[in-house]
Amino acid sequence: MVYYAIKRVLLLIPILIAVSIIVFLLLDLAPGNIIDMMQIENLTQDEYQELLRQYNLDKPVIVRYGLYMFNLLQGDLGKSDYTGLDVWQLYTSRFPNTLLLAVSSLIFGSVVGIPLGIFAAKRAGTLADNAVTFITLVGMSIPGFWLALLLMLQFSLKWQWLPAGGTEGFRSLIMPTICSGFVLMAGTTRQTRSSMLEQLNADYLRTARAKGVPEKAVIRKHALGNAWIPILTTIGGALSFSIGGSAIMEAVFTWRGVGSLAVDAVINRDFTMTMGCTIMTTTMFVLIQLMVDLLYALADPRIKSAYARPKIKRRSAA
Amino acid sequence: MSSRNRKEQLITKKYRKRSRFGEIFHSIKKNKGAMVGLVILCIIVLTFFASLFISFSAMTATSAANISRPPSREFLFGTDNLGRNLFLRVVYGARYSIAIGFGCTLISLAGGVLIGAISGFYGGLVDNIIMRIADVVSSVPGMLFTMVIMTAFGQSLGNMVFAMGVTSIPLYIRITRASVLTVRGNEFVEASKAIGFSSFRIIYTEVIPNGMAPIIITVTTGIGMTIMAAAGLSFIGFGVPPPSPEWGGLVSSGRALLRTAPWISGFPGLAIMLVVLAFNMLGDGLRDALDPKLKR
Repeated sequence: MVYYAIKRVLLLIPILIAVSIIVFLLLDLAPGNIIDMMQIENLTQDEYQELLRQYNLDKPVIVRYGLYMFNLLQGDLGKSDYTGLDVWQLYTSRFPNTLLLAVSSLIFGSVVGIPLGIFAAKRAGTLADNAVTFITLVGMSIPGFWLALLLMLQFSLKWQWLPAGGTEGFRSLIMPTICSGFVLMAGTTRQTRSSMLEQLNADYLRTARAKGVPEKAVIRKHALGNAWIPILTTIGGALSFSIGGSAIMEAVFTWRGVGSLAVDAVINRDFTMTMGCTIMTTTMFVLIQLMVDLLYALADPRIKSAYARPKIKRRSAA
Repeated sequence: MSSRNRKEQLITKKYRKRSRFGEIFHSIKKNKGAMVGLVILCIIVLTFFASLFISFSAMTATSAANISRPPSREFLFGTDNLGRNLFLRVVYGARYSIAIGFGCTLISLAGGVLIGAISGFYGGLVDNIIMRIADVVSSVPGMLFTMVIMTAFGQSLGNMVFAMGVTSIPLYIRITRASVLTVRGNEFVEASKAIGFSSFRIIYTEVIPNGMAPIIITVTTGIGMTIMAAAGLSFIGFGVPPPSPEWGGLVSSGRALLRTAPWISGFPGLAIMLVVLAFNMLGDGLRDALDPKLKR
């Protein structure tokens, strides 16, 4: 397993090189630069050239990329072109917010989704099951940002129960959690239902019931214990997805996370900041996926054995 | 005798050999959800054709007399803050979502199936290289990548379709590869090899048609997911730029007037939801129809 983890972390290196080259070249193609975005009035040609030099914009792309990577290798993500703040510091100060939102929507999604899925699976084919299936279908189809506006209209504007935005305190966390957790909840419910259904028809459940195991334990220990892996896969995929795609929810709720940081950076043509966000988010994305994969191994010994270090190849008989 | 003949007729009718698509359609017909999805989709496609009769100027025509009117018989979805007819705008906007949904999926499908089939069929070094590249591409946060492409090449429908299509290629590579791997071991593939079919012919006439089910399901739900993601990007200002009435952009344009004119954000969002719901329902029905493991 350690071998596997090391392999995955090493794979991060080509990923980061490829991502940084692609994004760097694309940003270089983007019309307009940071100096245009600053909108300094009465800029003479000389001053403009001086600023270009200051931001290294007079050098060819490959030299700038080399400089950037040289600094990156020393652990320096540079300073934001727009605000002059340290990229690493800004990113790490914002990241906990994004993680908090991702984890809380994950908890919301699983706490509601798993029991709902079990409920539906136990009543497969009945009206209740169909109702749950329909609700989850709607839940998967509702655009999160639209749901956010609807909730905002009701809870913030009409009833004034919850703040419409901001990152302060528990109350401002409730609506973003529900909105980004809703799709997740629907997905978890569906996955739980289908993988529970698979288990509920299994022979060992009949055995368990026959030997007198109480129904609750049959469902919770025997069936759920074996239905666990696909459910974990859904939830795990959702976690890395909500880190990478947090920008929309953060924009709606003015949540101060890394998604909105990246959006602002791209809008402002903030070269260094965009690069920093891309590299950091990619790294987080990969690391979280790795963590989720390792969690499966803990949950399922069969997967653990698959991760084991490959033995020296035995010569096959044929 | 005649009754026996009729019985035979009935039996042959019941077990008449259907073409593959006939079979799929037959199982969908039995699935209510899938039929509802299909009907909604038909309505949307009709809406799309109807919207071709709406001129761009009629859709963008402002009217100072009708600012932020609530839904009424005259203005079915109300008007926006410039007095534009929201119903016309939402109907007109269908083309963007349809273009994005189908366009992106077509790109990622074409690329993914081609590369995935090669990867799964040949295996070995080719497979290894392709899968490592797919790993790299799928580790790029897709949304950030699309945002950067949209800034670099300009915000337009084409660039959006390109960016979102490319980022989801690895998904289709993985699915195609997996289903090719399961089909590859069958005897009929071996037989084709023995006859001397070329690899290309085996892949495209034997392997892919038999491993099609998971791909069809992914495509169906994939179109819906792409439409949703595109709307999200437009919502935060990285999509098809205004005055084009892309649905995500329309929802965003109503944000400031949420309290006084909630319908401006409401109806376009409802449109997104309906389209995505239709694709999800159809995808569900197809999954029931195509995946024998889940057949009831």
